[in-house]
Amino acid sequence: MAIDIPRIPLGDGIEGGLDFLTSHYSVVTRGISRVTQSGITVLNDGLMWLPEWALMAIIALICWRVASWRLGVGAVLGLALIWNLGLWDPMIETLTLVVIATVVAVIIAMPLGVLAAISDRFYSVIMPVLDFMQTMPAFVYLIPAIPFFGIGSVSAIFATVIFSMPPAIRFTTLGIRQVPKDLIEAADAFGATRSQKLIKIQFPLSLPTIMAGINQTIMLALSMVVIAAMIGADGLGSEVWRAIQRLRPGDGFEAGIAVVILAMLLDRITQAIRKPSKKTS
Amino acid sequence: MTETDETNIKIQVRGLSKVFGSQPKKALEMRNQGKKRPEIFEQTGQTLGLSNIDFDVHEGELLVIMGLSGSGKSTLIRCLNRLIEPTEGDIVIDGQNIPSLSEKELLECRRRHFSMVFQNFALFPHKTVQENAEYGLEVRGIEKKSRVESARNSLKQVGLDGWEDAYPSQLSGGMQQRVGLARALANDSTVMLMDEAFSALDPLIRKEMQQELIELQHRMKKTTIFITHDLDEAISIGDRIILLKDGEVVQMGTPEEILTRPADDYVARFVEGVDMSRIFTANSALRPVRATARESDGPRTVLRKMSDNGLDSIYVIGRDRTLLGIVSVDDVDAAARAGKDTINELIQNDFPKAGPDEPMNNLFAMFNDKSYPIAIVDDNQRLLGVVVKGAVLEKLAEAGEH
Repeated sequence: MAIDIPRIPLGDGIEGGLDFLTSHYSVVTRGISRVTQSGITVLNDGLMWLPEWALMAIIALICWRVASWRLGVGAVLGLALIWNLGLWDPMIETLTLVVIATVVAVIIAMPLGVLAAISDRFYSVIMPVLDFMQTMPAFVYLIPAIPFFGIGSVSAIFATVIFSMPPAIRFTTLGIRQVPKDLIEAADAFGATRSQKLIKIQFPLSLPTIMAGINQTIMLALSMVVIAAMIGADGLGSEVWRAIQRLRPGDGFEAGIAVVILAMLLDRITQAIRKPSKKTS
Repeated sequence: MTETDETNIKIQVRGLSKVFGSQPKKALEMRNQGKKRPEIFEQTGQTLGLSNIDFDVHEGELLVIMGLSGSGKSTLIRCLNRLIEPTEGDIVIDGQNIPSLSEKELLECRRRHFSMVFQNFALFPHKTVQENAEYGLEVRGIEKKSRVESARNSLKQVGLDGWEDAYPSQLSGGMQQRVGLARALANDSTVMLMDEAFSALDPLIRKEMQQELIELQHRMKKTTIFITHDLDEAISIGDRIILLKDGEVVQMGTPEEILTRPADDYVARFVEGVDMSRIFTANSALRPVRATARESDGPRTVLRKMSDNGLDSIYVIGRDRTLLGIVSVDDVDAAARAGKDTINELIQNDFPKAGPDEPMNNLFAMFNDKSYPIAIVDDNQRLLGVVVKGAVLEKLAEAGEH
């Protein structure tokens, strides 16, 4: 038996809102688009300009310095495999998108995280928003990205930033809130201002937690950048996407393995940065 | 503890109350009707943390605020620099009423007047010992060079030179609290607040730190407010003690006043556990010397002084009242008969002598066979008075009653 309650036009409303935004704020979106695109181009061209062996050496050196020589060797082997499979250029494109998306996400997330740590009211507002952002299926972000920024890498970055930002906000808030109360009291007792407390005490002490959040953000960004191939983002994702369309599981796995290698390198490097060298702890 | 301190009041606390809860007015009304803390809590759910506290802090003194946990002592010390907002009352420091300061003035006031030492040290784990000691100055925006210098200086004061580059986690508890102390000293604030500063340390280190604090305090004359739950600690370091119970002042006075004249049963019970003979010092049984001989006096003058005062021995003092020794009536009499005109070679030194801070139980053992009294002299060997056996016994008996 059908009950005659009119369907709530939720989808229509959202579309209307998005239409309004695209038509009235296209100046803004086009501006963002241009800036982001040029950022992508510069970074991508820069990484491409370096010979493969040089970039491999740089990454291996970073691995060795921040983590261990073993990771350095692993990096060389992994990157050599990617090069050998002919996936070097898509790998660089993916890396570019991840780096830019992460930087943007972190720049937005930091102040929000700090604000949520200081203000209980803002905390209670932003936490459900973050839940929403994280549980919404990732693909959904791709759709509004297209009317805003068109098909391509900028849309991919837009969707990636939204998808990967929540952990950076959460961990920043968590880290700052976890700073022991007695240290805050000590800072207060000596007459520290709010910003002095934040910059000199809370921020440095929560840095390991914040780095854990950034690590999560990078991992989410990588997974989203691959999915974003569906709206025309370049990189390893588009290799996978093409393999699906042509039903070539071998190609798909090759690209997939390249993603895994990249993910492991990024993860290990950021984790190593997170745990600062033993002598200062 | 000297009389002149009375006139120099550093902080004046009047009618200070603190209610924890959302309806402080109601709680204070009940308080004004004579209700006590438990009753107020039962009826309103508000905790009366402090009620109508009045006291003065004198310039340069070491004031101990003592009470059991829940007595409000931590609340009180935090109300002084407004780490906890007082509900009502005045706290006047150098003419400024702290509760009425604006946010900005409060910061300024904290920076200038207060530095604090915490029970659990509250050192910044990401900063070196040196950087921790610099913290107060850094907050005040003092330039790096003079900051480094004062921090080094205060680290030296607490015996931590050589540890500047270590991190707090590398130090023992006692050393960590030294850093806490150095951080407070480097700031050169006018008042030092110490919140159970030694309670987390083991007993030996604790005694050592107490001694060092006393020395430091004597040397620097820094007004210090020290919180403790330990009466022994309060007595051994305090110039004056304020006893708190259930957020009210029960008694205020010097350690000796509190020990000998407890204001009520509560204080008396507190005091019971203290070894009184250790607390009383020579000073409390001091009697003036009836007569002294000068080194230039001849035997006949000395004999006269002795017979006038009914003495069979007399102290000989030099200029500035420095104690030279003692002569006995037999020797002086013999010298007079022999026609000598000085008593110099008669002076003996086999008599007991002690400083004014000597604990009473040590004095008792010093009385010797000749039954001379104990001469009490100051650091410059000047004769302050004597302690006789009877006075010591009397004081010890008095102590035994409590």
